[in-house]
Amino acid sequence: MLESYYPIFLMLGIAVLFSVVMLKASTLFGPKRPTDEKYTTYESGMEPVGQARDRFSVKFYMVGVLFILFDIELVFLFPYAVNFYELGLFGFVVIWIFLAIQLIGFIYEWKKGALEWD
Amino acid sequence: MIETLLIAFIKIVIVLLVLLTAVAYSVYAERRISAFIQDRLGPNRVGPFGLLQPIADVVKLVFKEAIVPRNANKPLHDLAPVISLTVALATFAVIPFGNTITLFGEEVKLIIADVNIGVLYILAFSSISVYGIALAGWSSNNKYSLMGSLRSSAQMVSYELSLGLAVVGVIMVTGSLRLDQVVMNQTNYLFGVLPAWNCFVQPIGFITFVVAAFAETNRQPFDLPEAEPELVGGFHTEYTGLKFGLFFLAEYAHMIVASAIITTLYLGGWHLPYIDMIDVSPMLMSIIGILTFVIKVTLVLLFMIVIRWTIPRFRYDQLMGLGWKVMFPMALLNIFITGLILLLLQ
Amino acid sequence: MTFEEVFFYFLAAGAIVSALLVITRRNPINSVIFLVLNFFFLVALYLTLKAQFIAIIQILVYAGAIMVLFMFVIMLLNLGDEKRLTDRVTWKQFVAIGLSLAFVMQVLYIVGFGETAEMKTMSAKAVDIGTVEYIGKELFSYYVLPIEAISVLIVAAVVGAIVLAKRKFD
Repeated sequence: MLESYYPIFLMLGIAVLFSVVMLKASTLFGPKRPTDEKYTTYESGMEPVGQARDRFSVKFYMVGVLFILFDIELVFLFPYAVNFYELGLFGFVVIWIFLAIQLIGFIYEWKKGALEWD
Repeated sequence: MIETLLIAFIKIVIVLLVLLTAVAYSVYAERRISAFIQDRLGPNRVGPFGLLQPIADVVKLVFKEAIVPRNANKPLHDLAPVISLTVALATFAVIPFGNTITLFGEEVKLIIADVNIGVLYILAFSSISVYGIALAGWSSNNKYSLMGSLRSSAQMVSYELSLGLAVVGVIMVTGSLRLDQVVMNQTNYLFGVLPAWNCFVQPIGFITFVVAAFAETNRQPFDLPEAEPELVGGFHTEYTGLKFGLFFLAEYAHMIVASAIITTLYLGGWHLPYIDMIDVSPMLMSIIGILTFVIKVTLVLLFMIVIRWTIPRFRYDQLMGLGWKVMFPMALLNIFITGLILLLLQ
Repeated sequence: MTFEEVFFYFLAAGAIVSALLVITRRNPINSVIFLVLNFFFLVALYLTLKAQFIAIIQILVYAGAIMVLFMFVIMLLNLGDEKRLTDRVTWKQFVAIGLSLAFVMQVLYIVGFGETAEMKTMSAKAVDIGTVEYIGKELFSYYVLPIEAISVLIVAAVVGAIVLAKRKFD
């Protein structure tokens, strides 16, 4: 069983190796003529103002949290879908009670405006 | 043990070579098609019809200076493109690009890793690809990069849900997470004539999946992470030379992999409809399978390219609205309808 | 040593080293990266135990969703790699050290004394138990109520997250 996964490890290894070689090639073959301006971050040709890593909208955090929660919901759907035929009507009812409860959360989220971007 | 690994190694090398060549030429195809759409000529100087242009591009990128901004986090700045490309290439490991082929008296499955969680593997790796973009933006310490990468992460994460939910429908029909099983299931015929491709079996799921896949690859009309007019280059603003090249490669590799996934899940994979009605030798059958797969992937890829040059970009709130308020309920609806119909047919 | 043993020790070493790197990095973003790396070693270890579903969920949910949120939060708070986070030694750290030591002792006890011959061999059932198919069958026949309870729990979490960030929307 595990043997069927060895090719994946191999593939990952080769892919990483290839990417790293490409990465090194760019520092190896490229010219190095550093000037002060070249090494400042780009900001439409102006002197950069402050740091880029400022605080940002809590919206992104919201999306992250909601994603995790619905991702967990998704994870439960896969074991169900694989056994769909064996579980029959009973499984269908069970999963839709599960999803209906989720839908309540989703509607609450929608009504509360957590899905709006302004 | 050693033998299976060797076979796997040979398959991987061949697949990667084909994939990278395909990446180079899809860039070329994109430039030619965009030129045609915009009534220009496009690259036509290097070699016949400009066919050697990709090679010239790579050579140019290799000899460019690798610049890392002073304020940037150097190790993470290096790591980000590596993650992006690795993830894009590694996803291909579970996609069947043919049935089986008999070479030197040995039957070889035309898939790198025949695992029984293939579908989940694809979803898992597409969720990992967020890191490449998020880290690129954060490590650059550039305002445009950070904005681009934040937008992109939020977008990819949102559409990943619809992607996953759409796939659930396919799994319900197939009853397995193996991708070769998904293809096998599509070799039947509906009503005796129409090939039982999943795009006919569940059109809602198909549309949801394709749209989500477009968003996952950050392609137009969902290319907000790099929306040039507002964000310069988005997350790769501070990348030069081959490091930029890695991101570029990753983007096109993602496109090809996404096309391959769409083909496998919804368009019958390597199976050419009606071919089993004719009597052909097994060897020819295998080759026809591979060719069918390549042609289908190419067509999906061309579709993606044409879409990019014909549809305008979304606004960010529209994009997130579409993801959460349209795609997500639609994918759930698809599960409901699929389940209901399958239960009634039983 | 067989190939599988070599593979196991490689993975175990990788998991330990990456876990150590997680707690020794000054920059929290680096810690996140090493934690994700650690997850990948764990995934491979799960696969050696034939637990395919857990393995892929570890990537899909932990590495692909929860760690992304961690990264968001670190970026959101802009913690940077300031020393001030680790300057003061508080009572919390003593409690943490105490708990960790207790855990280490437990593990050492299990490895050193508690190991039986039974634990060394893999049961034939293990191959089945790890598959998505088996887990699905069990979940949707014997564990129906827990599943619906989980659903309620997730909704509670959704509501909680919205309430916490609510000021922003009003």
